[in-house]
Amino acid sequence: MNYHWNWGVFFDQAMPGQTYLDWLLSGLAMTVSLGLCAWLVALVLGVAMGVLRTLPGRVLPGLAGAYVEFFRNIPLLVQLFAWYFVVPEVLPGGLGEAIKGLNPFLQQFLAAVACLGMYTSARICEQVRAGIQSLPPGQRNAGLALGMTLPQTYRHVLLPVALRVIVPPMTSEFMTVFKNSAVASLIGLLDLTAQGKQLVDYTAQPYETFTAVTLLYLAVNMSALSAMRWVEARVRLPGAARDGRGS
Amino acid sequence: MTYDFDFSVIDASALAVLAEGMAISLRIAAVAVAAGIAWGTLLALMRMSRWRALSWFAAAYVNLFRSVPLVMVLLWFFLIVPQFLQSVLGLSPATDTRMASALVAFALFEAAYYAEIIRAGIQSVARGQLGAAYALGMRHWQAMRFVILPQAFRNMVPMLLTQAIVLFQDTALVYVIALSDFFGAAYGIGERGGRIVEMLLLAGAVYFVICFSASLLVRFCRKRIST
Repeated sequence: MNYHWNWGVFFDQAMPGQTYLDWLLSGLAMTVSLGLCAWLVALVLGVAMGVLRTLPGRVLPGLAGAYVEFFRNIPLLVQLFAWYFVVPEVLPGGLGEAIKGLNPFLQQFLAAVACLGMYTSARICEQVRAGIQSLPPGQRNAGLALGMTLPQTYRHVLLPVALRVIVPPMTSEFMTVFKNSAVASLIGLLDLTAQGKQLVDYTAQPYETFTAVTLLYLAVNMSALSAMRWVEARVRLPGAARDGRGS
Repeated sequence: MTYDFDFSVIDASALAVLAEGMAISLRIAAVAVAAGIAWGTLLALMRMSRWRALSWFAAAYVNLFRSVPLVMVLLWFFLIVPQFLQSVLGLSPATDTRMASALVAFALFEAAYYAEIIRAGIQSVARGQLGAAYALGMRHWQAMRFVILPQAFRNMVPMLLTQAIVLFQDTALVYVIALSDFFGAAYGIGERGGRIVEMLLLAGAVYFVICFSASLLVRFCRKRIST
């Protein structure tokens, strides 16, 4: 093979005043902001759904269960295309028209955040449910016996412990959000993957480009991991051992 | 304004194209599951090996593939595999290498995920089992082959199947290298007929029915194993 290696390609001018490295970094910024926005949506929805799933009765837990199955059994790519192409068409009132009137970048970004957020929330819901169910049933009963209402029991007794217990499995969910965000490149959002493809088209240096993109994804993963390790250390219950059993 | 649905775009010829696409999706998934479990088992054994070089290689391999998006891995192999086929096997550059690239990418990528499931499965077998096998005079690989792995795989069946469902959903991503799997076929028909909305809803429904029934099956199988 006579491939012409050129690692200096990243410092070539892509446009006046912009190097190819700038393109990659703007893609990185897009991947990170998309991942963080989606994570925010996923946390709020996921914890709410996880709580619903553990409530007494049949209707609410059933609804939350259906929510999980719905988002877990359709490929992420199909969901993304549905958010981007289908939702604006079928939304009632002027809402769909309003979305179609936004600038294209905002349409792509909103669809990607909604898609990744909902998809991840279904997975977080299952973690939260497992966390709450891992607590001894006496905790809920004790809270209720003390005269707390059910919401108070969740707020002051169950969730503070359950959310701490699930930090380790949530770490891998957090890292997965950034990896999954790469599908957004397929609806045209200029994230890290899309910028990488564009660089290959412009520079014809695929090996250097893909190596750089891969290293940047590794860096994102490492940062996500250390961020979650920091959270884990911060929220650990004083006196509790790392594995969750008392010391 | 409400959208006027028109599902007439799904006619006989469209169904034939969709069936062809589904065959491609299933083929990729089947090859990736088989190759992924085989290579994943080797990786798991290597990772637990006493030889530093082997365990280091397996750990690096697994961590690398688990840190990179599948879309990126597909793009990588769509770059490498055709060049490899041309320079090593002497195939003409005009050969369609998308399927080969996708198969290699999926097999190598999923092996990293399977390796972690299988490692957990092997570690879940009681330690005394290995000691007992050694005491019976078995060598390490014999103990693995006849004592540890059979028990480990029995415990792992639900996890392996769940991963296969995830993998089947992931095959939709071959869209990125323009391979016409089920999703690619559905989207293509929708685009040509100006009925993307209907075709996406159909694709979602089909994937949901397949994956949901498969996950019910896994749940049934989990109950069978645990009793």
